[in-house]
Amino acid sequence: MSEAVLERPPDSQDPIAQVAPEELDLLTPKQLAWRRFKRHRLALVSGGVLIFMYFVAGFAEFFAPYATTYRNVTAINAPPMDVRFFEHDGTFHFRPFVYGYDLHINEETWAREYSENPEKLYPLRFFARGDPYELWNLFDGNLHLFIAEDETGAGYIHFLGTDQLGRDVLSRVIYGGRISLSIGMLGIGLTLILGVFFGGFAGYLGGWVDRIVQRMIEVLQSLPTLPLWMALTAALPAHWSSLRIYFGVTIILSLFGWTALARQVRGRFLALRNEDFVIAARLIGSGQNRIIFKHMMPSFMSHTITTATLAVPGVILGETALSFLGIGIRPPIVSWGVLMEQAQNYQVISMTPWILYPGLFVVIAVMAFNVLGDGLRDAADPYNTGGL
Amino acid sequence: MLRYVIKRLGGMVLTLAFISVIVFVVIQLPPGDIVTSTLERMEASGMQASDEYVQNLRARYNLDKPPYLQYLSWIYNFVQGDLGYSYIFSKPVNELVWERLGYTLLITVSAVLFTWIVAVPFGIYSAVRQYSIGDYSITVVALIGLATPNFLLALLVMFFAWEWFGVSIGGLYSVEFRDQAMSLPKLLDLLTRLTIPASVVGMGGTAVTMRILRANLLDELNKPYVVTARAKGVRPVKLIFKYPLRIAINPFISTLGLLLPTLISGEAIVSMVLNLPTTGRMLLQALLAQDMYLAGSFLMLLAILTVVGMLISDLVLAWSDPRIRYE
Repeated sequence: MSEAVLERPPDSQDPIAQVAPEELDLLTPKQLAWRRFKRHRLALVSGGVLIFMYFVAGFAEFFAPYATTYRNVTAINAPPMDVRFFEHDGTFHFRPFVYGYDLHINEETWAREYSENPEKLYPLRFFARGDPYELWNLFDGNLHLFIAEDETGAGYIHFLGTDQLGRDVLSRVIYGGRISLSIGMLGIGLTLILGVFFGGFAGYLGGWVDRIVQRMIEVLQSLPTLPLWMALTAALPAHWSSLRIYFGVTIILSLFGWTALARQVRGRFLALRNEDFVIAARLIGSGQNRIIFKHMMPSFMSHTITTATLAVPGVILGETALSFLGIGIRPPIVSWGVLMEQAQNYQVISMTPWILYPGLFVVIAVMAFNVLGDGLRDAADPYNTGGL
Repeated sequence: MLRYVIKRLGGMVLTLAFISVIVFVVIQLPPGDIVTSTLERMEASGMQASDEYVQNLRARYNLDKPPYLQYLSWIYNFVQGDLGYSYIFSKPVNELVWERLGYTLLITVSAVLFTWIVAVPFGIYSAVRQYSIGDYSITVVALIGLATPNFLLALLVMFFAWEWFGVSIGGLYSVEFRDQAMSLPKLLDLLTRLTIPASVVGMGGTAVTMRILRANLLDELNKPYVVTARAKGVRPVKLIFKYPLRIAINPFISTLGLLLPTLISGEAIVSMVLNLPTTGRMLLQALLAQDMYLAGSFLMLLAILTVVGMLISDLVLAWSDPRIRYE
């Protein structure tokens, strides 16, 4: 490792190369991985974006101005509002505000059309008391990051518009993130368990176990996943509660995602089986469990876990697609897919394009996971000495 | 080569046998079956079913036999080309699936073609002009394409086609051709309309293949023989196309096999959004109504489509790369 450093030209801009070689030799593998990761700036940004998204989704009750079931009956299918500092006549307000809606019925099409009403001026109030809620079903509260209210207590804010029942799209997107993003996380857990279990058995035992697992992986990888997911989620009983359906969908989505991970774990086990330190452990009489868990697993687990993050996008996209078809997550639980279920044809979209906003968040989350996963995998690869 | 083909064919048959068991288990999973749902419907409309009637019904659908016998009779008939009977459409499955499956195949193949036509030039450009603005833009577009759910992309394309051009792009044929027999203008109409589902379905795959091609080509371009050729003054275009590209494109064929399940999955949902007469919508209907022969046939045929596609890509790979044949 230190040889590679010495070969590096001294004028390199690489932050790692500027560290004295002796210092580099003292770093633990974790510190080295962190250094490698930090250089991948896009991955770093993605990580930040994801932490932010998970944080907001975790405290959805606080960040969302309304509850998922809240209905503003005066604003059905209303467009997103603009947050303003200047009134129409140019008056400046230090406190940002929104204009309330004015409803017209279009005499030709009988469609509801909304315009801004300069009379209804609702200033934004931050950290204000609004709709009461129960945070995580544990703590009562009514504090919101922002609400819009004038002196009389009237007012509403629909930053991303409302849906066909007058429910606030932004609030539902925030709550939906809780479901869609947590499915991704649960998915990693299940993928890891299945992948390490099957991959480990195949790689460590070899022989016919290996052959069966290999064949199983081959079969699973040659199945078109979506039709099979559809078949399995359609089989979830209709009388199940939304929460059970949620867990059912998560399990189904992870059932087919572990194959790539299992292959990798198997490969590592095969490669390590005849390494000197494993043979040495065997020769001094270590038990099989000790060899596997104390000696072999630590040498590739960090890399394996980071590879598992690459399975998250598939899970999130799968949930979105199934819920969009109406066979995934079921209301009253909302996920990003459930929110887009209303957008089944372009007539609906051309009238209320803002109900596609949840899709934007899907794209951002999946993109961030893809980039972060790539960055983590490269950083955690103990054999990646690029730039070191 | 012949030995390799036989080995792969044998593997394929075994894989399909496994898949048929999985498919059978999956379609049997929902509690209840077509008889219980028929009875429920009868009771809802106030009719009473006698025990004898129920037994006759069970016997007619083979439901009175143990599951493994049901499986054997299903797969035996399936192999002989008798796909069973659809309860919800009251028609033999054979009359329902083939045309739809044909369109699925058509769209999937067009998606593969789209993937190749787009991924090759952009992948080459990305590799040759590494870290240029063009490379970065292509990377960003690929990342977005990879992260966008297929159905969302389809919805957006439909929306913008309607808003900007006033065209409804749902369906496979324009309105004026819908009831006509096949003719040259109708065929051309079909081909133009195909580009939309093909590009939507192929988007994610294009992003993946492009990245792979870029990485492979970059590896190859840094090899000494390329440097030597460059130093000797070989023209840049010839330099890339003569050897590096041919080697870089090799894994390209093998990833096609991995891509197929994704493409067929994508096709199922995109065609539902775009209102195309393919397998997606009918499969969903069949699954929800527990129409087991119809759903099972669709799942099985889609799996066969995938597995055969993978076999073809493996064989092409073996034909183009002798190292694989002699492994």
